[in-house]
Parts: sequence; C-alpha cells; structure tokens
Amino acid sequence: MKRRDFLKSVSGLAAGAALPAVPSVISSAYADARSETLLIVSEGGPNNLDIHGVGTNVPGYEVSWNCYDRLISHEMKSGPGGVPYYDRDKFKGELAEDFRIDDMSVTFKLRKNAKFHDGTPVTAKDVKWSLDRAVSVGGFPTFQMSAGSLTKPEQFVVIDDHTVRVDFLKKDKLTIPDLAVIVPCIVNSELVKKNASEKDPWGLEFTKQQTAGSGAYKVTKWTAGTEVIMERNDDWVCGPLPKIKRVIWRMVPQAGNRRALLERGDADISYELPNKDFQEMKANGKLNVVSLPFSNGIQYIGMNVTKPPFDNPKVRQAVAYALPYQKIMDAVMFGLANPMFGAPKDKPTEVAWPQPHKYNTDMDKAKALLAEAGYANGFETTISFDLNFAGVNEPLCVLVQESLAQIGIKATINKVPGANWRTELNKKEMPLFTNVFSGWLDYPEYFFYWCYHGNNSVFNTMSYKSAEMDKFIDGARTAAATGDKAAYDADVKGFIDLAYTDVPRIPLYQPFVNVAMQKNVSGYQYWFHRRLDYRALAKG
Amino acid sequence: MLTMIGKRLMFAIPSLIGVVIVTFLLTRALPGDPAAYFAGPAATKEAVEQIRKKLGLDKPLIEQFFRYTNDLAHGDFGNSLTTGQPVATEIRNRLPASAELTLLGLIVSIAIAIPLGVLAATRPGSWIDHLCRVTTTAGVSLPVFFTGLVLVYVFYFRLGWSPAPLGRLDVFYSAPPTVTGFYLIDTLLARDVEAFRSALSQLILPATTLAIFSLAPIARMTRASMLAVLASEFVRTARASGLSPATVIVTYAFRNAMLPVITTLSMVFSFLLGANVLVEKVFAWPGIGSYAVEALISSDFAPVQGFVLTMAVMYVLLNLVIDILYGVIDPRVRLEG
Repeated sequence: MKRRDFLKSVSGLAAGAALPAVPSVISSAYADARSETLLIVSEGGPNNLDIHGVGTNVPGYEVSWNCYDRLISHEMKSGPGGVPYYDRDKFKGELAEDFRIDDMSVTFKLRKNAKFHDGTPVTAKDVKWSLDRAVSVGGFPTFQMSAGSLTKPEQFVVIDDHTVRVDFLKKDKLTIPDLAVIVPCIVNSELVKKNASEKDPWGLEFTKQQTAGSGAYKVTKWTAGTEVIMERNDDWVCGPLPKIKRVIWRMVPQAGNRRALLERGDADISYELPNKDFQEMKANGKLNVVSLPFSNGIQYIGMNVTKPPFDNPKVRQAVAYALPYQKIMDAVMFGLANPMFGAPKDKPTEVAWPQPHKYNTDMDKAKALLAEAGYANGFETTISFDLNFAGVNEPLCVLVQESLAQIGIKATINKVPGANWRTELNKKEMPLFTNVFSGWLDYPEYFFYWCYHGNNSVFNTMSYKSAEMDKFIDGARTAAATGDKAAYDADVKGFIDLAYTDVPRIPLYQPFVNVAMQKNVSGYQYWFHRRLDYRALAKG
Repeated sequence: MLTMIGKRLMFAIPSLIGVVIVTFLLTRALPGDPAAYFAGPAATKEAVEQIRKKLGLDKPLIEQFFRYTNDLAHGDFGNSLTTGQPVATEIRNRLPASAELTLLGLIVSIAIAIPLGVLAATRPGSWIDHLCRVTTTAGVSLPVFFTGLVLVYVFYFRLGWSPAPLGRLDVFYSAPPTVTGFYLIDTLLARDVEAFRSALSQLILPATTLAIFSLAPIARMTRASMLAVLASEFVRTARASGLSPATVIVTYAFRNAMLPVITTLSMVFSFLLGANVLVEKVFAWPGIGSYAVEALISSDFAPVQGFVLTMAVMYVLLNLVIDILYGVIDPRVRLEG
C-alpha cells in the first residue's frame, strides 16, 4: 500500500526533525528497583516547572515545592487522624541554617554546604536575586509576595556571602509565613542569568523547561501532558536524604482508570478522584486513603448583594434556611467534608476559621423570611457553577435548585466553562453561584481580607461592602501585627458574627483533600498547598 | 503524474488560507478569556491586564492576525499556554503516537471488515451476512469511550491480561531513540524486543477500540460495492466462461469494488485521527486529539489553530494520495485526471 508507506515516511520525517529536542534520558530505566520508584497518577500535569512563570498551574507548584528550596519551611505536627500536618506557627530553616526575627527585619544565615543541582554553591546573591524576581515578575508570584507585605527589591539585603536580611515595610504577621510558601523559592541565579535574554530578563523561558534549584529532587524528563520524571538530588543538605530515589508522575485523564491502576497495585499514589471512589476505597480497605480538611478553605453559596433580590439580607437569610445542607454532605460529598452549618444556637463564636454557622434547613422559617422581605411568591434567578469542578458542583447545584423551588425561588442552572469562570467572577454579575476559596496562609483575617473586605478583591465574589466589616478586618490585621491579643480576638469574633448575620455568602462545608495510596507507602504529609511532598514519602 | 500532483497542491492553497482565517476567527470567538485563565485564581484586575499584554492579546484583532500569519510563515505555530511548549514541537511529537494508534486500528479493522464484507456480499441473507450486520451495527452504536472503558475493565482490571492503560509504554521501559516516532518500528530498529512487546501490548486495547468503531463503514461499503459489482455483466461473463469462483471474486470483482472502499478508508482514517480523542483520554495516550481538546477547554488558541491546520494539511495530502491510488487501481481515472 503506497499510501500508508507515504504517510509513514511523512510522520517519520517529522519525528526525525524533532530528534534533537527530545533527549532520551530514561535509558536503562527498567533496571531500577521498583521499591525506590514512586509512581504517581493524576489527572493533570504541570504546564511550567517554575512557579514564577506566566500562568503556572497548580500541578506546577508540586514540582517547584520538591525541586526548589526556600529559606524557611514549617515544622510538622500531628494532624487529624494522626497524619502529619504542617504547623502553621512553627518555622524551621530550610536553606537557612538559622534565622533571627527582629522588630523590623529578619536575618537569615545560609547553610554553607548547600549546592544547586549543577554544583554551584547557594549564596546570598542567589537568594536576593530570587526574591527580587518573585516581587518583580508580576502576576501570581508578585501578588502572593505582596500578601505578606513583600513588594520591593530593596527589602532584600545581602550582608555577606551567607547572610541575607529581609526588611519589613510595615509590621505584618503574614510576612514570615509568606516566606515559607512555594513562591519565594531560591533559584540558581548565575545559571538562569546565562540563559536570560533582553526580552526575558528573569529567564522565565529557561526555568519553564528545567529546574534550576537546590531542592531534594530535580526534573530529568518532562513531557508536557504526559509525564514528569524526577530523580533524587543525592547532595541535598537541607534535610534528611529522601527515601524515594525517583518519582514517575503520569497523567491519566480517566478517573476510573486511575482507580483501576491503584486497585491493581500498579500505581502508588493518586488524588483527584471522585468522592464516591474515595469513599468506596476507604470502605474496602485495600488502600490507604487519607482525607484531611483543606486548611482555611470553604465551599459556599454566594449571592450578589448589589442587585435585587439578594441586596436584601432577609432574602439571603431565607436562602440560608432553605439550603439542603445534609443532603449535600451525603449525596455529593459522601461524607468527605466537614459540615459548616447547624452549630447549636447557644454556641459562642470562636476565634477560629473556618467554623460552622447556625443556619439549618428549615423551610418554614425560610418561607416566613421571604414573605417578610416582600417575595412571598418567590422570584426567578440563575445559579452558576464552574464546569471544571462539575463532579461536585453539578449535583450540588441540582440539590440547591430543588430546595429553593420549595420556597418559590425558581433557579435556572448556568454551567460556566472552566476557561470562562474567572472572567465571570471578575465581572461580578452572577446573582447566585457556588465556589470554593482556600487560602495558603491559614489565618482568619487573611481569608476575610480577600473574601469580605470592601476593597472588593476578585474573591469578594458577592461584591459585599460594609464599613463595619472593614473596620473589624483592618482592626484584626493591625492587632495581629502588634500582638494585641484581646483586640484581635474581639475583631475576629466581630467579623465572623457579622458575616453570619449579613450572610452574603453561605458556607456549606470545608472540603477534604483525598489521597489514595498503596499500603506500603508511608510518610504522607499535609501541606497548605495540598500537593505531595516527596521528601517525606517512603515505600516498603 | 508530477504535473497532476503540482496542480492538486496548487488547488489546496486557497483552502489552507481559508482554514487559517477561519480557525483564527473561531478561536477568538470562543467564550473565555485566556488572560484571566492564566493569571491564576488569585489574580487582580491589574494582574490580568499584565498577562494580557504579555500574551499580545491587547492588540487589535487585525494586528494579532498579521503577527500570527507572519509567525506561521516562519514555521512558528506559537506556544501552548497549558503545556508551556511550542505547538510545532508538541504536534511533531504527538502526531506519531496518534498515527501509530490510528493506523494499527485501521489495519485491524480492514483485516476484519473487508473479508467480512466480501463474504457477506457473496452470500447475501446467510448467517455471515447477518453477523456482518450485527457486528457493524453494534460497533457504531457503542461510543468509543464506552468500548474503551469496558475493554480496560475486562482485560486489565478483571483478567489482568492487558498492561496498565498508561500510554505508549510501560512506565519502567524507556522510549526507543526516535527514528520514525512509531514505537513498534523504533523499538525494532533499536533491537529492543522487550520494549517492542511492551509497546505492542499497550497498543492492543486502544487499537481494538478504534477498530470496533471503524468496522461498520468499511464492512458496509465493501458489501454494497461488492454486491453491485457481482451483479454486473462482466462478472456474469466471467462466471459463464467457467472461471473459478475465487478468481471471479478476488481478481475481477474485488478489484473493481475497491474504489469506493478506498474512498471510505481515507475518510475513516482522517476521521479516526481527529476523533480518537476519547480513546486517547481513556488510555492516557499522548496523541494530538487529547492535546487539542485540552487546549480547547482552556481557551488556549495556539494549539487549537495548530491542530486544525495540521489536520487540514493531512486531509489535503490524504486526498492527494487517494487520487493517486485511484490511478493505480483504475487506469481510466488516470486518463481523465
């Protein structure tokens, strides 16, 4: 068949041309003992190996976390169910062997024997360059740095080869925690500068394709959308040498297949499976399933308070009484979430977040409130959700729709494609919607600053503005920075109470991060970024 | 012959220009804002604008278009935002994966469908005719992802005969050095029999899934075309002349019935190449179908444009090859062309 030969030679030519671009790194791979290799399967993979890049996605964070070091990191504590959980309040040095926090600055002493993957030592100028880069590149990294009042390159001062000082612009309790998130990672500045260009002074194109860090792992092969292969960096000095020698991370788009791979024992770890699968795997006990609540995260129903009918607090309270909370917990989440509703009437507000509100499903109360607000016959509206998370959002919205119909609110479901969801959120026009927010930094005022403050950030999806609320939030931030505990507690309780009387958004539950792994895999740790830390994992 | 090829290629140019314009406009008309998408969940309005500027999306449409065509002329398809790679490289790397799968699927399909069609045509109304009807109907009515999932469930999960549906090779094997991009060929060139067996066993289920789906058009077309030819006068003459049934069917009837079958094959092939998206999803196959769909979901313009353009070029080439094949099979076509 001539036609086939012809096609073959065409694609052959094309592939031949691609040869120099794809070095075959994993030769003699199958000789490796399986016990030192971890096979991870997940739905999506990274689009960029550098968290400073343009539009790096969440899987990309996992690569950055494991392949780069930061100055400091968190200690571990025992979390729910005895699973190691990062300790929000305790920090330890990572690249820094020691650090001292003064009134308006923090000084880091770097480990003298730390080396980048190419063998060059990690010095203070690398640290300065990397932090400068994080506050200068724009987009998400710069935004995340600013959350801890880290905004100017002048804040990062080189004292000597192994000492760096970070100056505070103002007192902010979030500055130190913000230095322990994924973004302020330390990059091999000489290597990257060599590969930078005038158009790309920070060398983002270079670090997009390869890791240039000092971390415990380095990427040896990355085929976008297919797999990432990481090898252990045997010269890593910032912690005990990891047990896993190599990590193979494969993208398997089909959730059913990921489950099959786990149950057959072919894959070691997977996440991003439907809740139902996790619940069934938990029940049959062949695998270890770890479920931990998202720190500082809540799925909620939001209402646009700028337009009728949701500008009326009575209507919002009516909706809060009409939601089928328990049904959502059972039929959508299969119990894999912490309820955020139905706290006892007399329970005092705590200085903690998230915490449940006192609404419960009560149709009579809902009807009465709606009548009081002048909508005895109900009204029509639309409820929107992000199709990227349709597995949870769709059944959830159907249940809400059904429930609201009972008090006369006719809601049409509006499915928004994932690519469009953020645009829609930014427009702030959707009347009724469901969404998740979770903050890396686990502080109530951080959550409220983004979600309820009158500066109307993108996460204040309800366009909620209240002078009283702003006063509480700003007050708590100041009190936190100055260490005024009494004022802080009063303000935190104040904003939580106000958020629950005004109910611009109705918390439903605190979702769980679910990770399923083989019985012989141990050492899983929960991190604020909710991705895997390979350094602690072990097999066998 | 060469002038014919040249002429055909000339005709293809306007349609390619059309494809470039239409895909450009269509991708821009898609809902969704790539800048907002790639600015990340925590982006402020300013951050979104910054990204928009970086991506050149703040420029007027006409300027974006000229920039795009200029890049195309230099062989630059742009960068994918979701995978972060140049589109041309990705398509080059992924096309062989899709082509290998599709070709194997097609070969399996032909190997089953053509004999089935021929047998059904020679014995209309017999059990083999009914078998042909039932299998083809079942094949088209089962959606590919369903067939794929059932096969995975039975042969991997239940029986354990098939390897894990993890793409082109078992994770613990290394990919052969790229020569053709077809693992079955490359592993043999590299004399790596183990890897060849792994690549083959990975291919069996997805190729079978595709074959089941594409059985119907080929078998039905073979049957119909054979029936028409078998009823014609020269076959009657051949039979009357006392030629053996085998000679009549294979040498005389089959060759003449080939033309419509070839046309169907070309359609099935191009259509499978584009439509095996679902099979690629089910088997985590690193092909171009799944690539294009993922790009579409995230409003990632460049890969979608690159994909459509590649497909358009493939269609043009495929049609050209088919036309040449017609000439080989039927000399009359050559004279007219």
